[in-house]
Amino acid sequence: MANFAWKSFKGIPLVFTLIWIVAFSAALYLMDKSVIAFLGILSSIVLVYYTNTSKSIKMTIGAIVLLLIIPLVAGENRYYMEVASQVGIYVAMALGLNIVVGFAGLLDLGYVAFFAAGAYAYAIFSTSQANEFIAGNLFPLSGEWFWPFLIVGLIVAAVFGILLGLPVLRVKGDYLAIVTLGFGEIIRIVFNNLDKPINITNGPQGITPIPSPELFGIKMGTPFYFYFIVLFVIAFIVLANIRFEHSRLGRAWIAVREDELAAQSMGISLLNTKLAAFALGASFAGVVGVIFAAKQTFIDPTSFTLMESIGILVMVILGGSGSIPGVVLGAAFVTILQVQLLKEFSNFLHGLQNSGIISLPNQLDPSKFQRLIFGIMLILVALYRPNGLIPAKRKKNDLDAIKKSEFGKEKLGILGRLSQLTSGKQS
Amino acid sequence: MLAPFPRENKSSQRNECRKFVQVYKGNEGWESMINILPQVLVDGLTLGFMYAVVALGYTMVYGILEIINFAHGDIFMVGAFIGTEVLLISDALGALEGMNPFVALFITLIIAMVLTGALGVGIERIAYRPLRGAPRLVPLISAIGVSFLLQDLVRFTEALARNEFYLNSPALFTGSIPLGSIATIPTKGLIVIVIAIVMMIALTLFVNKTKWGIAMRAVAQDQSTASLMTINVNKVIMLTFLIGSSLGGATGVLFAQNYGTIDPYIGFILGLKAFTAAVLGGIGNLRGAMIGGVLLGLLESLSGAFMGPLTNGAFGAEYKDVFAFSILILVLLFKPEGLFGEAVKEKV
Repeated sequence: MANFAWKSFKGIPLVFTLIWIVAFSAALYLMDKSVIAFLGILSSIVLVYYTNTSKSIKMTIGAIVLLLIIPLVAGENRYYMEVASQVGIYVAMALGLNIVVGFAGLLDLGYVAFFAAGAYAYAIFSTSQANEFIAGNLFPLSGEWFWPFLIVGLIVAAVFGILLGLPVLRVKGDYLAIVTLGFGEIIRIVFNNLDKPINITNGPQGITPIPSPELFGIKMGTPFYFYFIVLFVIAFIVLANIRFEHSRLGRAWIAVREDELAAQSMGISLLNTKLAAFALGASFAGVVGVIFAAKQTFIDPTSFTLMESIGILVMVILGGSGSIPGVVLGAAFVTILQVQLLKEFSNFLHGLQNSGIISLPNQLDPSKFQRLIFGIMLILVALYRPNGLIPAKRKKNDLDAIKKSEFGKEKLGILGRLSQLTSGKQS
Repeated sequence: MLAPFPRENKSSQRNECRKFVQVYKGNEGWESMINILPQVLVDGLTLGFMYAVVALGYTMVYGILEIINFAHGDIFMVGAFIGTEVLLISDALGALEGMNPFVALFITLIIAMVLTGALGVGIERIAYRPLRGAPRLVPLISAIGVSFLLQDLVRFTEALARNEFYLNSPALFTGSIPLGSIATIPTKGLIVIVIAIVMMIALTLFVNKTKWGIAMRAVAQDQSTASLMTINVNKVIMLTFLIGSSLGGATGVLFAQNYGTIDPYIGFILGLKAFTAAVLGGIGNLRGAMIGGVLLGLLESLSGAFMGPLTNGAFGAEYKDVFAFSILILVLLFKPEGLFGEAVKEKV
């Protein structure tokens, strides 16, 4: 019965979505600090995705919400823009990992290493850190250099991806997961200890102050600007994802994911395809790393632990690996859960505790539940929704439509020749 | 723009480097290295036998189900906590006083083994059995989930019960045995080695001689044929998890005894290294796992002690984990069947 109801579901009516957006933006505008209103606006993107209208209208509404409503309504509130740009950073990372895990089926547990490579590339050269190993007092670079460094970060991470990929891709499946995990740990340990014999990463002390980006002399240090930078990068990555998915390479990835041997025997070069996936996924992580470094103005190896890699993996798998809207949803959900919902919940509990309604030991602070929640989510997703919340859709050809089309009427091959023969006899 | 933090004086750094070089280039450097060698070897063996027993758990599960039981390291950690809790509680009750330390250790080991064995079976039931036949990455994901879940569950229970999650285990054995004039072996290290060897021999005998052991080997060969031969495959898999997990839990107790302090995160990295050991020896191969574990422990201990002096202090003991993971990567790349495994032809 429920199945039937789901099948007859054609999408949310457009009116409902519009009312939702207007109501929550008004609520956020008037009540300023309401978390629910802010979440309502963010979730309106999901509503837009499921709305029952044409694609172009959906895109327009989505763009209006992201580019106008959120900055206008929440722009003055630093905190909300911070959350929104944080969500954006993870969405971009998850989309990068989606290429590796979702399309090519390579389980990468060291993804955060590429993120670290990008972040360190910008951090080292934009602070005086680079003077430690490059002669001449050339550094720090100014914030204007942020823009070229987006490209540098991309290239550095892609090179890392290829360097790792070349040897590692000889192993596959769960072995690959273990090897990439080991690689991620190696990178973290190396970054943590590369303050001697030559001080390159400044070791566990980390690097600071990383300059904010500048454009035509305007310093873009607030989350408000980062929101737009991240949005721009996401648009780029989404576009790349879509283009790649339907390209020759993307089809090769999916073939490799489904069956390596079959793909290989159809003439797909395993090494090239896998390496391309690795390098592309890594390069996106590198770009995001540069943005992350500029946004935090401080980085140290604790930002690049295994936990982060797993977190991004959870986002991809929870949302639906290989499905772009799914990954966006998964990343947004997990990030908001981490940075906002858990915090709000523990504040709420603290409030209850202070007013003496309940007594809760300090150790049960929900904001420390991260691993527990990741663990439960991973198990539940593996058991009940192995394809994620929004599973990837394959384009299906409507066979009946093809048969009825004018091309379908003409019989091809032997059948065509036979029918020609028979028709010739008849006449 | 001026950097707000003044850079360190380079010449002083260089001087320190030079001092370092002098110390280790001098004869007394080599002498001191040779002097600590026996100690380093004993430490390495202790660590290695622990890796070996934990690696057995990985290898058994992999041999039968072909999945990496990521949660095995955390079962080891749970074992360490159960053992420590048993000792702490019985200490608080005054039961430890006057008790023979061997008896106390034996009882603790039994309790920890029973509980972690049950835990392993439960995990198999909930997180792996429904996924049999699913694509191979799916059970791996749920295994990572179980591992994270266990870490936080232990952390919360400990934080609630004891207000902190770093525990200090009461030491049952404090003495040490002198080995000539150059080294002393701590009794606890020796006990770890002896118990580990006993467990490994018992497991080998079990797998090779008993009916259930033969059933396990049959299931590892071919599940469907084994089930046609009236072997209850589910029961055998349960038994595998039971034995592997209880061995892991027992090693946890030994770990807590040997190193004193434990926390909920010890399991993950140790599990990873034990897995490395299993891969090194050839995964699915019991003898290989044992030898791989001992080798890895020795290598790690040696590199931790001597890497600093040998590279003039440029790369110190902090790189020993890099060493372990590099071995993992190199073995998987060049000899994926491990040192003692047989190369498997891919089935189509």
